[in-house]
Amino acid sequence: MSAPDTPAGSGLAHLLDLGRPIGDLRPWAAVEVGAAAWVAITERIAAGEADLLALWGEPGVVRLALFDTATRRPAVVRLSCPEGRYPSVGALHPPAIRPERAIRELVGLEPVGLPDGRPWLDHGRWGVRTPLGTPEASSDAGEPYAFLTAEGEGLHQIPVGPVHAGIIEPGHFRFTANGETVVRLEERLGYVHRGLEGLMTGAPIAHAATLAGRASGDSTVACGLAFARAVEAAAGTEPPPRAVWLRALMAELERLANHLGDVGAICNDAAFALMHAHTGALRERVLRASATAFGHRLMMDRVVPGGVVADLGAEGAAAIRALVGTVRAALPALVRLYDGTPSLQDRTAGTGRATAALVARFACGGPVGRASGRAFDARRDLAYPPYGSLAFTVLVLTAGDVDARVRVRIAEIEASLALVDEILAALPEGALLAPVERPATGEGIAVAEAFRGDVLAWVRLAGDGTVARCHLRDASWFQWPVLEAAIEGNIVADFPLLNKSFNCSYAGHDL
Amino acid sequence: MRRLLFDGLTKPPLTEAGPDGAEIAALAATLDAGARAVLGRSLSIRQVDAGSCNGCELEINALGNAFYDLERFGLRFVASPRHADVLLVTGPVTKNMAEALKRTYDATPGPKWVVAAGICAVDGGLFAGSYACLSGVGAVLPVDLVIPGCPPTPTALLTGMIALMAKGAAKG
Ligand code: SF4
Repeated sequence: MSAPDTPAGSGLAHLLDLGRPIGDLRPWAAVEVGAAAWVAITERIAAGEADLLALWGEPGVVRLALFDTATRRPAVVRLSCPEGRYPSVGALHPPAIRPERAIRELVGLEPVGLPDGRPWLDHGRWGVRTPLGTPEASSDAGEPYAFLTAEGEGLHQIPVGPVHAGIIEPGHFRFTANGETVVRLEERLGYVHRGLEGLMTGAPIAHAATLAGRASGDSTVACGLAFARAVEAAAGTEPPPRAVWLRALMAELERLANHLGDVGAICNDAAFALMHAHTGALRERVLRASATAFGHRLMMDRVVPGGVVADLGAEGAAAIRALVGTVRAALPALVRLYDGTPSLQDRTAGTGRATAALVARFACGGPVGRASGRAFDARRDLAYPPYGSLAFTVLVLTAGDVDARVRVRIAEIEASLALVDEILAALPEGALLAPVERPATGEGIAVAEAFRGDVLAWVRLAGDGTVARCHLRDASWFQWPVLEAAIEGNIVADFPLLNKSFNCSYAGHDL
Repeated sequence: MRRLLFDGLTKPPLTEAGPDGAEIAALAATLDAGARAVLGRSLSIRQVDAGSCNGCELEINALGNAFYDLERFGLRFVASPRHADVLLVTGPVTKNMAEALKRTYDATPGPKWVVAAGICAVDGGLFAGSYACLSGVGAVLPVDLVIPGCPPTPTALLTGMIALMAKGAAKG
């Protein structure tokens, strides 16, 4: 490795300056560093100088994406590790532990010093090890998982899942409780690991885009958008202006649908069905307007690399305008209902606090972050078109409880309604799709703000119209661990409520 | 709250007419003849996500909203497989979920029916061939009814579930 090494303790910007710039990643700054600089940068991240946005590997290379909290700029740091070993980031910065467990079992790189050597997504069922590295045949009989222990008088364990009692995704929760009070929650995920990144490897770009749109179905527009923008960055493709604005329109409709659903579902888990009935009907109206406007209720496969494949006609625009009117008219009564029901607030206020320190450390995106003082919204802080030319407010609260997460979502419903108005008023005419040139090679990276937080996509194109490698990082990766902490000291019966207020994605995390 | 409740009494309901009879009859013809005799006019459904992207779950959840109101058809979702007549399975069946799915099926008392909802559940969809997936619910359980779509719309889901109840009525 020829990249310079640096003494520990230098500032982050300085460390990044010392790395060897890599030109093949667009549009973020990217540097190649040696192992010592990698560790020094890790220390800076652990000290809070930067947020860890993503950490991923492929054979012989590990990369991390960070957001410098001083300069408010993102960067990618690359470390070559031809020996298949690199200094663990998780050893110094716990949010990296789960991503590194995944790197270890999927790619086969060894994060030296990783504090938790247990597998994560690999349950010993695949019949293959390190499927994204050098695949090796293995048993598919399943391996027992060593849950952490908690000892003490009167402690008992409650295992829940992977099949849950409602219509929700599968995952396992292991509660250790003292009477009613939770003293530890441990999550075990990976049940919905479908091998998405493996299927993308070598896939034609259009097919990979379809897969990206199914990383997490509730965020299909946002995931599709992050992937499309990463491909466009790699290929140097400029999507037409109308496509850019239509993407934002779809993204805001998706946000509206999900936030409406979540506000109702949270209240429903506090046994308050009336709110759920009303927001459920509003959510349905969003999906119907989306279907009228773009031909699919969830708007799957409408955002593609190069632009969009569905135009907005007069009928669609009218449906969306009518929808905005309906939701806007209904919302004040629902907010009053929430504010005026003490029995509901008794459940939400003070429940499931996520501390500002923990949320900052894990760089939690979305309402989880913004309800606990983390003022980050990718639409504003890593602004991508057309949001730079749109005015919108980002509400940040500090209470960090279920109530704050409800209020942030309500504020974002209002903000999205205003954004939809703005977008419809400013929507330019013109083409929908710019071709992605075939010989395009190189790497691209992008984020998009989904309703639950920023999703990140990194892609390397092979040059023959296929994807050589792709990494998708859902916001849930850095929210799930915080949920474990937020339940501590709460009663077991409040977990569904708390869990719903986070609404992390299982599919988006497990891929 | 009083105002909202009062509006609920005075305004017409959002609930729409059920799906079209011909569609239901066509689907019903694909089902086992014994279903109706055993199920009567009600179905208890246990949903199992076996590797879905969660898009299918969104539409299954939508069945409960005021527009579709599935309970008026005698359909209801239950929390335990032990209370279920039908397993409504989504996803390609990830290898990590195959055992949990089988166990859920085993915990469901007979007679029981399995519905594969969404193209993933039908044949693995986009995920068929992945190292981490089987190729749909049929790879693990006997499937009685498939409801394709990505995701199937609430109307398609409703049509399928009603067909499951209606099958036997045609026979006698
Ligand atoms: S059928 Fe479509 S919506 Fe349903 S789980 Fe599969 S990809 Fe998701």
